[in-house]
Amino acid sequence: MLAIVDYGVGNLFSLKSSLAAIGVEALVTGDPEEIRKADRIILPGVGALGDAAEKLCAGGLDKVVKDEAAKGKPLLGICLGMQLLFDEGEEYGNHRCLGLIPGKVVSMKPVIPEGYKVPHIGWNRLIFPEDRPKSPLFKYVSEGDCVYFVHSYYASECGPYVIADTEYGARLTAAAAKGNVYGCQFHPEKSGKVGLSILKAFCELKSGEEAGI
Amino acid sequence: MITKRIIPCLDVKDGRVVKGVNFKGLSDVSSPVELGRYYSENGADELVFYDITASAEGRALFTDILTEVARTIFIPLTVGGGINTIDDFDRVLKCGADKVSVNSGAIRNPGLISEAAKKYGDQCVVLSVDAKREGGRFCVYAKGGRENTGMDAIEWIKKGISLGAGEIVLNSIDTDGVKKGFDLEMLKAVCDISPVPVIASGGAGSIEDFITLFKEIPEVDAGLAASIFHFGEVAIPDLKKALAEAGINVR
Repeated sequence: MLAIVDYGVGNLFSLKSSLAAIGVEALVTGDPEEIRKADRIILPGVGALGDAAEKLCAGGLDKVVKDEAAKGKPLLGICLGMQLLFDEGEEYGNHRCLGLIPGKVVSMKPVIPEGYKVPHIGWNRLIFPEDRPKSPLFKYVSEGDCVYFVHSYYASECGPYVIADTEYGARLTAAAAKGNVYGCQFHPEKSGKVGLSILKAFCELKSGEEAGI
Repeated sequence: MITKRIIPCLDVKDGRVVKGVNFKGLSDVSSPVELGRYYSENGADELVFYDITASAEGRALFTDILTEVARTIFIPLTVGGGINTIDDFDRVLKCGADKVSVNSGAIRNPGLISEAAKKYGDQCVVLSVDAKREGGRFCVYAKGGRENTGMDAIEWIKKGISLGAGEIVLNSIDTDGVKKGFDLEMLKAVCDISPVPVIASGGAGSIEDFITLFKEIPEVDAGLAASIFHFGEVAIPDLKKALAEAGINVR
């Protein structure tokens, strides 16, 4: 069973439906026991980072997610859920995050050229790092395939853990991984067939399997 | 680099797509679910469902249909039509919409934009504007283009963005339905002042019109159209191919 962590941010309907479309039954839950029982976990999220971090911690779910990740369970953070995986984030103040992947979530404004609109909304291409093997998360995906992004902040200082970038006047982290912990800045559940194939690859990961880094 | 988006818009009344379509291979050409799936599998980058129902029964049907569409389609879904309150946002978002488009409801109550942006994020709020030339400026029309509000479109869009609108759909009443191309002059004027994505609507009649749009105004993020897609005059895969050949970055 896959658990989608429900901590009161964002609409989880599309995510559940997209998993159903690839034949994976998912439980949307905020119950620590259910999350502990699951064999893999998705941490979703839209909205503001501080608010999300607060809500996740308020329910004690931060600890549950960290414990389960430490056991080697595959964990996938999506969009804001991905940003929560890093050490800290700076959206409207500085916020401690889960610290599961080294890095820091910062505004893209200082790094992208003038005239580029923020948020970065739309379909953009995946670029894989040249010096590392392709992540198992992308085993059904080719470089240059498009996925759907909606974000204003991005994960920086996570160099060795980047498994895909995208180009928006600057290189922005599109996905990162450390061990069994994965994060996608884009929305696989809104990225058509490419996105579904990424979810499928995540659901096929074995517990404790290395992320190819 | 981010790709230019192509967005078909479907008008739904009492749970059915109005202005039937003309596609082979669809068993039910006015089913929003079938049409949505068709477009999403054929290169559409996003879908807009516009509820033109007037009755409460029709609205309930729309909500059911929307849930079904969201269950089967895995590309971004925008919903518009009859969005007047934060409860309307809530209703369509719960059914699986990703963005909500406001028009007359925001003209009556601009606070709706800020309230929704605060609750759901800027990226969720799309400000749709119907505008028409009037004495040397662009005027905002309400109620589906039937009523001149007297408001200046550029000022209204600036205000909408400052209130939290995350995207603008600009529909030119002057070019709408004429099929001789998008309103480049009006779009340029809006792109010049908009820090958020602008979606062009009204006037597309051919593939060339989209090429002209993205070549002439590189700041435009997306092109939206209805009938030319529905009647098969322009097939989205052909449009995408032609755009790519013209050097425009598409998915």
